[in-house]
Amino acid sequence: MLRIVKKSEISRRNSIIIRTTAIIFALLIVGIFIFSLGLNPLKVYTSMIEGAFGSDLKFKKTIIKAIPLLITSLGIAVAFKMQFWNIGGEGQIIMGAFSAAFVALTFPDMPKPVLLLLMAIASVIGGGLWAFLPAFFKSKWGTNETIVTLMMNYIAINWVTYLQYDLWKDPKAMGFPKIPMFSDNAILPKVLGVHIGWIIALILVVVVYVFMNFTKKGYEISVLGESEKTAQYAGINIKSTIISAIFISGGLCGLAGMIQASAIANTLSVEVSGGVGFTAIIVTWLASLSAPIILVVSVLFAGLLQGGSYIQTVFGIPEAAAQVLQGTILFFVLGSEFFVKYRISFNEDKVETTKNIKEGQ
Amino acid sequence: MLENKIPFIQMKSITKCFGKVVANNNINLEVHGGEIHALLGENGAGKSTLMNMLSGVYTPDSGSIFIHGVEKKFTSPKDAINSGIGMIYQHFKLVETMTAVENIMLGQKGKLFLDKKKNVKKIKEIIEKFGLEVNLDKNVYEMSVGEKQNLEILKVLYRGANILILDEPTAVFTPQESEKLFRIMDKMRTQGCGVIFITHKMDEVMAMADRITVLRKGETIKTVNKKDSSPKELTELMVGRSVDLSIRNVESDKGEKILEIEKLKVLNEEKLEVIKDISFSIYSGEILGVAGIAGSGQKELCEAIAGIQKVEAGEIYFQGENIVGKTAREIITKGISMSFIPEDRLGMGLVGSMDMVDNLLLKAYQNQKGLFVNRKPVAEKAEKMVEKLEIKTPSINYPIRYLSGGNIQKILLGRELSLYPKLLIMAYPVRGLDINTCYTIYDLINEEKEKGNSVIYIGEDLDVLIELCDRIMVMYNGEVTGIVDTKNITKEEIGMLMVGNKLEGDVANA
Repeated sequence: MLRIVKKSEISRRNSIIIRTTAIIFALLIVGIFIFSLGLNPLKVYTSMIEGAFGSDLKFKKTIIKAIPLLITSLGIAVAFKMQFWNIGGEGQIIMGAFSAAFVALTFPDMPKPVLLLLMAIASVIGGGLWAFLPAFFKSKWGTNETIVTLMMNYIAINWVTYLQYDLWKDPKAMGFPKIPMFSDNAILPKVLGVHIGWIIALILVVVVYVFMNFTKKGYEISVLGESEKTAQYAGINIKSTIISAIFISGGLCGLAGMIQASAIANTLSVEVSGGVGFTAIIVTWLASLSAPIILVVSVLFAGLLQGGSYIQTVFGIPEAAAQVLQGTILFFVLGSEFFVKYRISFNEDKVETTKNIKEGQ
Repeated sequence: MLENKIPFIQMKSITKCFGKVVANNNINLEVHGGEIHALLGENGAGKSTLMNMLSGVYTPDSGSIFIHGVEKKFTSPKDAINSGIGMIYQHFKLVETMTAVENIMLGQKGKLFLDKKKNVKKIKEIIEKFGLEVNLDKNVYEMSVGEKQNLEILKVLYRGANILILDEPTAVFTPQESEKLFRIMDKMRTQGCGVIFITHKMDEVMAMADRITVLRKGETIKTVNKKDSSPKELTELMVGRSVDLSIRNVESDKGEKILEIEKLKVLNEEKLEVIKDISFSIYSGEILGVAGIAGSGQKELCEAIAGIQKVEAGEIYFQGENIVGKTAREIITKGISMSFIPEDRLGMGLVGSMDMVDNLLLKAYQNQKGLFVNRKPVAEKAEKMVEKLEIKTPSINYPIRYLSGGNIQKILLGRELSLYPKLLIMAYPVRGLDINTCYTIYDLINEEKEKGNSVIYIGEDLDVLIELCDRIMVMYNGEVTGIVDTKNITKEEIGMLMVGNKLEGDVANA
């Protein structure tokens, strides 16, 4: 008979072993899948790694994918730490991009540093407000933030679609539904061949890490996340803590939107978010809300995406097959969380066996 | 006489480890039919682990269990029930929205349709036989704690249990309710059942038990006959050295009025009055006890004073100043400290996933300057506290959730005391603690009194309340049924007030 037992605690070493085992299992299963497609799994895997990190150019592409993932994950981590389930990263990215685009299109001739700074501020406010609304509803009427943040994604997406098709449609695009390109002044410069977003992201990792671990507000957010009653007891101002945490969360997502619009799309479009708001949730969770680990996980995750698209072209694997690979790895890694928290014990007849299992672990 | 019969339970050289912790080491226990066998031991002595093995929740690593002389290997609680072992847990396992009868029938195997009439007849016979008080058609949520416990007992008896394990059954009872339970236990004994009785209360052991097994640090120390033993001997066996089991009687001059509560009214979330118009005051250098059945409004009273609970009407004067409407933070800075130990011990006041330093920081960080928290001074304080209060923790950076209940409580109380409060509100500070730690805490409370500070002590054990406090306020259903001087009051009189009988006439209503 099987029994599921909750583990009281787990050492860091054990949890790493469990997660690594999960990835190995995923690679094995996908290996069988690739083999059934008539390909050599080992070759496919090595070229995946090569596709993600193999050359200067490929590595840069991976980094470009990692930047929005990283910044959005940092934002989501702040909300998650407070146990506020912000599923609205996608919408906050888009509203951040929208606010930045508004500035960029209104003042195209402003000097570059001023314009970019204004765009960044606007994007933080845009994303922050978009996250603030569900937080406000929650504190006022007890609405469920998961549902509200999720729904607000679609409002944001459709709003930008509307802009694209009507209000902000570029008359010079020959009827093509797109928003005019930003002026050169509104486009982020490059440093070492990649847009400056990577430096911003690295700075933010440090800032979020310090904020969450060493500031009073960060401490209050953690306490509030654990227990509202305790927070109240300690005299923490609950409303202001919720509002500031959520504003920071949405603001960071918004900033990711500005970076994508400015550096990648060079304009505003519904594609600026590209699912990053959802993928970032997984990244945040896998990194157990820790800023430095989010950095590592988002680069690896971006590598997985980049490597996945690379093998599509090299081996002629259909896109869907590459996604099966990503999905399986995710499934196993997320599934392994169960084994980090629980232990399955086999109820044997022989008492000794139970003892061995005990000692073995 | 006992030697001739086969014992109901024989546990031989039972060992159980959790990881590196040896919870039970080579434990032996023998319980006969027709006896009440008390299991004594401090927290962490291994009582619960041992009983969980007997009731099939855990499997022993080594050793054997014989039930009525037959060796058994339980793999689930169901096996244990089938062998006639019934465990009555402290937290009842009943479905609140079902009636007593439905709860008893729940999960019974057998035919597709239950023969309710026949079953009810059988249940009624058991009720009769053991003198239980259960109204079979009543919903569980309408029952008192005592009634629920009776139902739990009925449930296991109905399933054929002749060995009953009662885990701290009187923890939240009034003396009258305990008395009733003891009569039922007595009936079980005369009917030939084996009863294992786990308790912390020495007077109950002396009143009820036939034999007593003392556990300490996971080992059986000794099994004694009650008539050959004394509370002093038992305590020494339990603690492992001689202890002084008396609460110091500290005389202090009643000073000025420090807290005055006038016509306080508090509503709960459902807009029901949970505190109905209560008034009392407390003086400096005084310990005011609060007695009452759990849920009589104690929690709301604490929270109202601490500024966490909204006050509907009435005034709370602290040193002459009305603190109603002040924020929790303002009240903390004025020198009121509140510590409430809920049943799960972590509900309010502490954060389980955080370490000791971060938990001490909870009340300290707001006084620090700047935007950042400074953990260094707090860590030093934590180190000192570990030493002074003998807190057992691998390190001050270890999540407190993994510590034992007693250590968690010491951290909470230590933190509150380190703030040098003028008024200390302590609700259930010794909940589930072992005797030694209890007395450490009573000493700490007395120290506060000596310093001229005031303490509101909300407790469960009436003996302790009477010994420790200067006056006792009894609450019932959100009202004060009496405020009495402890010099001339008995446990029974307080018990009467706890169930709603008001004091006659004009006795000491300060």
